[in-house]
Amino acid sequence: MPEGKRPRWLVFGLLALGLALLPFLVDAGLGRSWVRLIDLALLYVMLALGLNIVVGYAGLLDLGYVAFYALGAYVYAWLASPHFGLHLPFWAALPLGAALAALFGVLLGTPTLRLRGDYLAIVTLGFGEIIRIFMNNLNAPVNITNGPQGINLIDPVRVGDMSLSQTQTLFGITFTGAHLTYYLFLLFTLALIFISMRLEDSRIGRAWVAIREDETAAAATGINTRNLKLLAFAMGATFGGLAGGLFASFQGFISPESFNLMESIMILCMIVLGGMGHIPGVIFGAVLLTLLPEALRYTGDWQRNLFGQIYIDPADLRMLLFGLALVAVMLYRPAGLMPSARRRREFADAAE
Amino acid sequence: MSALLAVSGVSKAFGGLQALSDISLQVNAGEIFGLIGPNGAGKTTLFNALTGLYTIDRGEVRLNGTRLDGCKPHQVLKAGLARTFQNIRLFAEMTALENVLVGRHARTHSGVLGAVLRLPATRREEADSRARAMALLERVGIAGHARRLARNLPYGDQRRLEIARALASEPALLALDEPAAGMNPAERAALRDLLLQLQHEGLTLLLIEHDVKLVMGLCDRLAVLDYGIKIAEGTPEVVSRDPSVIAAYLGDEAL
Amino acid sequence: MDIFLQQLINGLVLGSVYALVALGYTMVYGIIELINFAHGEVTMMGALVALSVIGALALGMPGLPGVLILAAGLALAIPVCVALGLLIERVAYRPLRNAPRLAPLITAIGVSIVLQNLAMLIWGKQYISFPPVLPQGRYEILGAHITDVQIAILVLTVLIMLGLILMVQRTRLGRAMRATAQSRQVASLMGVDVNRVIASTFAIGSALAAVAGVMVSAYYGLAHYYMGFMLGLKAFSAAVLGGIGNLGGAMLGGLLLGLIESFGAGYIGDLTGGFLGSHYQDVFAFFVLIAVLVFRPSGLLGARGIERA
Repeated sequence: MPEGKRPRWLVFGLLALGLALLPFLVDAGLGRSWVRLIDLALLYVMLALGLNIVVGYAGLLDLGYVAFYALGAYVYAWLASPHFGLHLPFWAALPLGAALAALFGVLLGTPTLRLRGDYLAIVTLGFGEIIRIFMNNLNAPVNITNGPQGINLIDPVRVGDMSLSQTQTLFGITFTGAHLTYYLFLLFTLALIFISMRLEDSRIGRAWVAIREDETAAAATGINTRNLKLLAFAMGATFGGLAGGLFASFQGFISPESFNLMESIMILCMIVLGGMGHIPGVIFGAVLLTLLPEALRYTGDWQRNLFGQIYIDPADLRMLLFGLALVAVMLYRPAGLMPSARRRREFADAAE
Repeated sequence: MSALLAVSGVSKAFGGLQALSDISLQVNAGEIFGLIGPNGAGKTTLFNALTGLYTIDRGEVRLNGTRLDGCKPHQVLKAGLARTFQNIRLFAEMTALENVLVGRHARTHSGVLGAVLRLPATRREEADSRARAMALLERVGIAGHARRLARNLPYGDQRRLEIARALASEPALLALDEPAAGMNPAERAALRDLLLQLQHEGLTLLLIEHDVKLVMGLCDRLAVLDYGIKIAEGTPEVVSRDPSVIAAYLGDEAL
Repeated sequence: MDIFLQQLINGLVLGSVYALVALGYTMVYGIIELINFAHGEVTMMGALVALSVIGALALGMPGLPGVLILAAGLALAIPVCVALGLLIERVAYRPLRNAPRLAPLITAIGVSIVLQNLAMLIWGKQYISFPPVLPQGRYEILGAHITDVQIAILVLTVLIMLGLILMVQRTRLGRAMRATAQSRQVASLMGVDVNRVIASTFAIGSALAAVAGVMVSAYYGLAHYYMGFMLGLKAFSAAVLGGIGNLGGAMLGGLLLGLIESFGAGYIGDLTGGFLGSHYQDVFAFFVLIAVLVFRPSGLLGARGIERA
């Protein structure tokens, strides 16, 4: 299809340009705080892509996913902060965090292999809480995690002499830390999207989906379900650990509170709302759910315009609206807001 | 003829129920072997025991001399025994082509790195798998449905797709659990032709089937199970005259 | 010895509360095989509603006996929770009864978020203390202490459980519930109004949750919009421990979990040479949960397997 090719490249080109300019457009249009929010959204896209491997592809309902995010963040903090006096560069600390997360993915995955559905969900939820409780309390007798106070002064990512937490001027353009972080996160996000896409359309990805669809039939079709489930856990955990390390460097501070169950649930909601197992849907869900609570802050303005005063603090209202939205979407679009292409293709086939 | 599948003394109990008692039988290379018996006789249980879904209590299963008992289902398949299910178990949300590609899993090797980097070996393997999968869909007559989701295929096509998926693993022995169930006479005839052709190409078949006409016309030899016990074995003519077989079927009918 | 006895009493009291909440989980799961994720929040709502009534009465009619005030609190909390349970079933679960399993789990999570934040809007973020209307008696047995509140919790729990067992074993509704749990289809063919049975199950579970919510806030002297989450999680663990879907199992599991937590918190310091302290109390529930699910997935009293291949 030579004709079809040029528009495709055009689309890619425009998309690349748009992504490159995005932080400046957002900065100009919505304000600097929104640039940081976009950074956060990219972080959640990475997390959602990781959980999508476990839940969306392999069908293993994991409610403790945030544990791997936490592990990546803590490993990074241990290796690059005054807490232990270590200051490893990010290209060393980040992979180590991801690797440890992957190891834990396998360790936590092993005892749960026989469980299915809701039971797996509850056990993984338990694992997530156990990790959080340990992080909260492992400050005595040996101070490993610094307890609820968390770890402070974590090193930002440095490229050469350039710290990504400070404003830099390159080629006459001023980049704030949030802008620079955006490009770093975008790079990682694109890499994870690429990996996800390649895996989805491969022998491994098909085996995962087969397990999700019918585990017994998958085993009888020659799939070593045990190994492939563990691989899914490990891959998902790697993504999570990576995102955790990036989060720690971005925030400069981590504490157990950032890694509570609500966080796991939020990531799960992102992929379910967007469209499980469907990469564009997952990305959409992650961006939507990161930005939605912020956007709901504007309910304060609406209240003032409508009633002349603020009755309910928008910060309190937004989670309520979020919960209602979750219920509504599930009731009216159980396959998610952006269901996978194969479903759409199916509709097309049926229409023929 | 040499025995491809040798089952000796296989027993399996669920709680107090003896589902299989001391079953022994041999399936020779190149033949179509039928497994018949009244409902609840233990035919599917035997299939599950052979393919590693159930662990057996006693006995031994060998395929081409290799022990299968104690193996996991994926190891059984890799050893060369593929199967279909009585109540069709396709991967519903995958396309027909993808279902057959999953069947290639045991005969392919590329891992995460190969998939992500699309290494040359992986590309070759993938292209080969796709070509084989398409050929198999062609073979069972549903190539036109390659891109449709398995769950949306008509019933008969789902049965055929399951056979294609099993064949994709290049088995030495194909075990079919009631492949003609729910098919109309034309579909049955097509299935019959397909199975005979597969046999002609050197595949050995083990078949559970209720359609007596199909079984008698197709199978070289038969074994009859009743209440988990093998009550007869032999050529269709011999088995159909066996008084205990007649009794078992009449008894079943009388219920 | 006195420490041992004290932990035993504390564990039984705590376990009673877990058991009552666990019953709600287990009844719903037994009937529609769904983890009612919002059940913990129903418990929380019960506690806060009751506390508001009790606080208002204690302030407005100081002459009223404490027990009467408490009864008034329960008298409002129970219908509120029942209505809430029915609403949740109707809005969040019934439309999704035949949807993929993940869908009702997500709506359940959505409902818990809504309830939690609703409670936060109504009652604020601060801890609410239980008004001092209850008898404050405190008795000593063999060196251990037991309070009036603890005795009341134990007695009330035993009575409720006996009532529940009688209901399930002897009444028409109980029979219909057991039939529906076996097979929804068959039950409906036999003339059981399945929707009504499921709604009744939610109603009963929610009523128990209201009572448990009042108990737990009376026991700790506190209530909070966030209290439902951990309580719900632990109660679910208790239900799984006993064998989900099994009423006796939920009772046993609740009591056992209460005891494990209480003894665990009491002795973990000694057991680990002071390395881990009693603030690891919350971890026990999860370890128990994971151990049970991994080694005995059907629970202690569970007969039905989880995995039906």
